[in-house]
Amino acid sequence: MGDHSDGIPAGSDAVAKAGLHDVEKFQDPGLPPHRLRLADTDPWAAKRAERQVAILFGISVVGTLLFFFGYFFIRLDDTIGTLRIQNMLLGLGTAFAMLGIGTGIVHWARALMPDHEVSEERHELRSEADRVAAEKIVGDIIEETGIKRRPLIRNTLLGAVALAPFPAIVMFRDLGPLPADALRHTMWDKGTRLVRDPTGTPIRASDVTLGSAFHVIPDGLNNLHEGKLEEKAKAVVLLMRLDPSLLNPSKGREDWSYNGIVAYSKICTHVGCPVALYEQQTHHLLCPCHQSTFDLTQECKVIFGPAKRPLPQLPIAVDSEGYLVAQSDFHEPVGPSFWERG
Amino acid sequence: MSAATESTYTPATATGRITNFVDQRVGGSGILREFGRKVFPDHWSFMFGEVALYTFVILLLSGTFLTFFFDPSMAESTYNGSYVPLKGVDMSVAMNSTLNISFDVRGGLFMRQVHHWSALLFTASIAVHMLRVFFTGAFRKPRELNWVVGGVLLILSLADGFTGYSLPDDLLSGNGLRIIQGVISSIPVIGTYISFFLFGGEFPGTAIIGRLYVLHILLVPAMILLMIAIHLFMVVVHKHTQYPGPGRNDRNVVGYPLGPVYAAKAGGFFFIIFGVIALMAAFFTINPIWNYGPYDPSPISAGTQPDWYIGWVDGALRLMPGWLLGIPLEWNIPLPWGVNTLSLNVLLPALVPAGIVFTVLFAYPWIERWVTKDDREHHVLDRPRNAPTRTAIGMAGFTFYCVLWAAASSDLIATHFHVSLNDVIYWLRALFFIGPIIAFTVTKRIALALQRKDREIALHGRETGRIVRLPHGEYQEVHAQLDDYKRYKLVGYESPEPSDGVPNGNGVVTKQERRRAMISRLFFEDRVAPATPAELEAAHAHAPVHEQIEEPERLKEVSH
Repeated sequence: MGDHSDGIPAGSDAVAKAGLHDVEKFQDPGLPPHRLRLADTDPWAAKRAERQVAILFGISVVGTLLFFFGYFFIRLDDTIGTLRIQNMLLGLGTAFAMLGIGTGIVHWARALMPDHEVSEERHELRSEADRVAAEKIVGDIIEETGIKRRPLIRNTLLGAVALAPFPAIVMFRDLGPLPADALRHTMWDKGTRLVRDPTGTPIRASDVTLGSAFHVIPDGLNNLHEGKLEEKAKAVVLLMRLDPSLLNPSKGREDWSYNGIVAYSKICTHVGCPVALYEQQTHHLLCPCHQSTFDLTQECKVIFGPAKRPLPQLPIAVDSEGYLVAQSDFHEPVGPSFWERG
Repeated sequence: MSAATESTYTPATATGRITNFVDQRVGGSGILREFGRKVFPDHWSFMFGEVALYTFVILLLSGTFLTFFFDPSMAESTYNGSYVPLKGVDMSVAMNSTLNISFDVRGGLFMRQVHHWSALLFTASIAVHMLRVFFTGAFRKPRELNWVVGGVLLILSLADGFTGYSLPDDLLSGNGLRIIQGVISSIPVIGTYISFFLFGGEFPGTAIIGRLYVLHILLVPAMILLMIAIHLFMVVVHKHTQYPGPGRNDRNVVGYPLGPVYAAKAGGFFFIIFGVIALMAAFFTINPIWNYGPYDPSPISAGTQPDWYIGWVDGALRLMPGWLLGIPLEWNIPLPWGVNTLSLNVLLPALVPAGIVFTVLFAYPWIERWVTKDDREHHVLDRPRNAPTRTAIGMAGFTFYCVLWAAASSDLIATHFHVSLNDVIYWLRALFFIGPIIAFTVTKRIALALQRKDREIALHGRETGRIVRLPHGEYQEVHAQLDDYKRYKLVGYESPEPSDGVPNGNGVVTKQERRRAMISRLFFEDRVAPATPAELEAAHAHAPVHEQIEEPERLKEVSH
């Protein structure tokens, strides 16, 4: 802007404070003159545009044929390769078929159809007279019903109308059972074996080497016929072995682990994703959904992220055959918080 | 009456006979006469709404095809189809039939991908269309109600997107439902009940897919159709807005007639959209559920991402800390009947950001009307730079959204750029608050600067890059003056001034009116007034030398 030795520098005064400038305005010069296109003046250009449109429509025909080729002549076998080729041919065929028509029509419209911009007056959206008349009609209708003069009718009607929708809401009651104490219990019980997810094979304490981690389900889950996923959604557990000196059990939890082997609920206390990532070196558990981080050495206390509560611990022991078993169910509800949790 | 129905008009062409037949029975000619040559303004930014409409048509077509093969049952089944790696795996019938659509119905995978890509494009085009409407001020009187209808359409599209996303019952969508269930559980008093009623018992239950299916293919699309009908009806009533320019004002509408040019362009555009989506479906895999496997509450893959339009709510869930400076955000509240749990760490991020965005979005036309006291009808759009404060508010909101959206990819940002995940979250938490403020300030300054540039060009013309040497040795760059049409585009806008508080009937400036005046100052205190003819005159008068050089250039402009 420095080179404007002439005019008003577009510096600070261009940001005008109110009322400093005269509100003299430029006049609207009207629609700019129409410019002719090449195809309007040159018959050869028009002919060329016509041929281009026809070629585009022709491409569309080829696309449709390509679709049929892909549909009828690609045999799907059990490999994903043939599926991929067929999908590509169907897609390409459809794309050519559609783009051919689309670009053809648009090119036709742009190059050959009249391109004069026209101006149309906007009509008044509403007229005052209409509004006055409408207001009067509504007034008359209300007057004729007498609803203002007969409050008894009005009030009973209001009451009836206010009450009538409630059955429609109540009817949704049977969508599901009441929660009762379903969220407070899982399949775990005294003596339930810890088995591998998903094979269901039991785990010996001696199998759990230092630093290893197991995805665990309660024994018997795989044999359930009904409610398997519901039970699994509450009962999944992560089993890890740490150096016993790293564990700092609080009062009452001293005997919940075995030889440094601890078991924690795998369901995040935030909104319920599986806390599936175990960082062996730092002894952190990380939820892949929202990155809540739990510290195993502090009884899975939350050290980062949106969760508030620690993961519930499953008290474990070893049975006479050396397999890991639960001492009891979890001592608190697992998973996300709910109003009645307490 | 009978005389009136006797037709004296004898059509000459086949088209005429058909229209005559229809007209004598349902009276369609009036409609054709009204709409056949109706004028539509043309601009590339008006296409986003069209994209939304066309992708919805494609959604209906591809979705109907999919319903013929999809079975929304959560009964247990064993997969026995063509995809070898999953053979013998237990899964729900819904997942099983989705795999069959993908692997054993010819073109089924193609249709699934068309449907999913269209859905993503549908929400995206609605969002971009709304941004266009916002930034150009198209929501102003008389179109406030249509803005609201558009907002409802956005919410409905999100609802239809999410219900559809959940239907295949694969691992990814199952985890999405689990998150929803966790969020519902945090609702005070009724949360647990809503969860049990919605899922028909404990999560995941066997009811949810069937219920979402009915919402997805019946209720929500029907509401979308109804809203689209209302939306388009209002467009017809109002006639389309137009960008400012020579010959365009609030009393006219300038553009191409519906038939043939506009109809051809718009109709052709449908096929182009369809073609582009077909290309995407051909080359870009979307939602490969066979890689994820059936839903199981135990496994999960790292780096999972929700569909883009849900991402910002998920991002909010990630940003909210469970503990803030050692203070927990979930409390057990002892009440007379027992102890109840309030989890603000889940409830707040799920409700508050979305609540703020949609409240401001729906209320904005009325907020601006209240501030400007502008009760006129507007059919000419604002160029975003000419409404600096509105543009700044829009960018602040957009930034707010983008921060939340980025938060949904916090883990991927950390792994891709090799930075600490915790730092990413800390930064995004800070940006959640300061990002919109920065965006507001920067945008407003940029808009004002662009207005100054416009003013500069209107008064002094554009730089030609041609340097001439004057007789006394001075070098100057020749400026080409704009012609009247181009100049009018730069100067033909309104620049409202802040309005002071107006006393009411009793001569008192109420507190509310004072507040309004304060916001009005925030809106309009910094303003660039459009250049006036007097200023143009002065600009020329001050520089006789300059003028001489410009003269031939301007003549050239006019003569060509």
